[in-house]
Amino acid sequence: MKTPEHLKYTETHEWVAAEADGTLTVGITDHAQEVLGDIVFLELPSAGKRYGQGEACAVIESVKAASDIYMPVAGTVLAANDDLVGSPQKVNADAYAAWLFRIKPDNARDADKLMNAAAYSTHAAK
Amino acid sequence: MLKTTPLNAVHRALGARMVDFGGWDMPVNYGSQIEEHHAVRRAAGMFDVSHMLAIDLVGAGARDFLRRALANNVDKLKLPGRALYSCMLNDAGGVVDDLIAYFFTDQSFRLVVNAGRAEVDLDWLDALRRRVGAAAEIAPRRDLALIAVQGPQARERVWQALPETCAATKTLPPFHSAQVGDWMVARTGYTGEDGFELVFPSARAVALWNAFIDIGVRPCGLGARDTLRLEAGMNLWGQDMDESVSPLDAGLAWTVDLAGARDFIGKGALLAHAQIRQMSGLMLAEKGGVLRRAQKVATAQGEGVITSGTYAPTLERSIALARLPLGVATGSPVEVAIRDRQLAAMVVQLPFVRHGKVLVTTMEEKS
Repeated sequence: MKTPEHLKYTETHEWVAAEADGTLTVGITDHAQEVLGDIVFLELPSAGKRYGQGEACAVIESVKAASDIYMPVAGTVLAANDDLVGSPQKVNADAYAAWLFRIKPDNARDADKLMNAAAYSTHAAK
Repeated sequence: MLKTTPLNAVHRALGARMVDFGGWDMPVNYGSQIEEHHAVRRAAGMFDVSHMLAIDLVGAGARDFLRRALANNVDKLKLPGRALYSCMLNDAGGVVDDLIAYFFTDQSFRLVVNAGRAEVDLDWLDALRRRVGAAAEIAPRRDLALIAVQGPQARERVWQALPETCAATKTLPPFHSAQVGDWMVARTGYTGEDGFELVFPSARAVALWNAFIDIGVRPCGLGARDTLRLEAGMNLWGQDMDESVSPLDAGLAWTVDLAGARDFIGKGALLAHAQIRQMSGLMLAEKGGVLRRAQKVATAQGEGVITSGTYAPTLERSIALARLPLGVATGSPVEVAIRDRQLAAMVVQLPFVRHGKVLVTTMEEKS
């Protein structure tokens, strides 16, 4: 299981990258893709939509099951990785390269409160 | 504490993702379930199905007992080695389990039953044996391992790994088995592909599994087993039928011998309650998700429900088995509720795939 040091993580297995311009990039973790198995369908949020923290904003389906993706912090969707919809297996191939969407957080500091790599590793191993 | 097969440590060493499957610690995949699926359709894959139970029925009354216990007619089994798919029904006509019966001699049969139903089946068979006073012994064979080798190259690979079985199985027709010493080699399976199911002493399981790996047979988990059987239009007990469902409503009328004079358990109930549902194949016509168990299906004849659904790797689209109102014709458009949407699907003829070939026509190809 890969958990890059420079990312933040949620209990619901999203990763969050803080970009230099203050926006956040979101995907699902390597652990999540491994548990889901072969991913075959993605439904991503529309740009401009606002979600609260923990709100379901996307759907990911593997051969095995459907799962919701949750908003890591409250914010507005800036863009979704629509290229991924046509080749969802890229999430299995590299979960940290296959970003799902970018957001502008309501509060710049909210992402700091998410788990770091060490805490997430412990959480995922449970 | 989960039960384990003789291959448990081997699965773990191969990096399998393990799951609790009906109380058994079993591999769901060894990496990509889709690649495992393709290996079976295109070459050869193997499954550890040692969690399934072989039950031997031995005694002068063995055939008569099965004539009562099974909905399909064991009198179709005339040549030694012949296999028969059948449901075992309760008195209300519900499906206690589905199984394959192998005929060795009039005094000796073998049933291979679902793992999660094994204890229920044994209790049921034993109670039935007493009820009808059958002169047959029921012997569960937990000492045996089961490996299914499936795919267009499967038989070649078995002969390569087990040359001693070649002479007895070279001309074995589908749904027949041969005994080679204390091994049973059956040309049966649950994938829609050719292949063998091997039933043999557990002590040999690890060496055989490794021998198959060495000659390129791909280990496949229960995940691929499920997508393969669904593409092949085969039912799964607990999803597509159970103790509350008549085999007639589960698409299994072809396995139920209602016309004959033979009186089997559940026959009276089936005769008293006509079929009220039909089992149909569905194919999702648009993107928007994956068909799953319990999703509702809107048809012109009323509402139905999906009993098994998945993404089908061979078709690269989502398919399902659905229990629908009677009279929904093949080719009918239907709608399936997925999350907050109604998605278009089409009723198709089963099976979806057989021997590597797609048998259903997609809407795009039709229009």
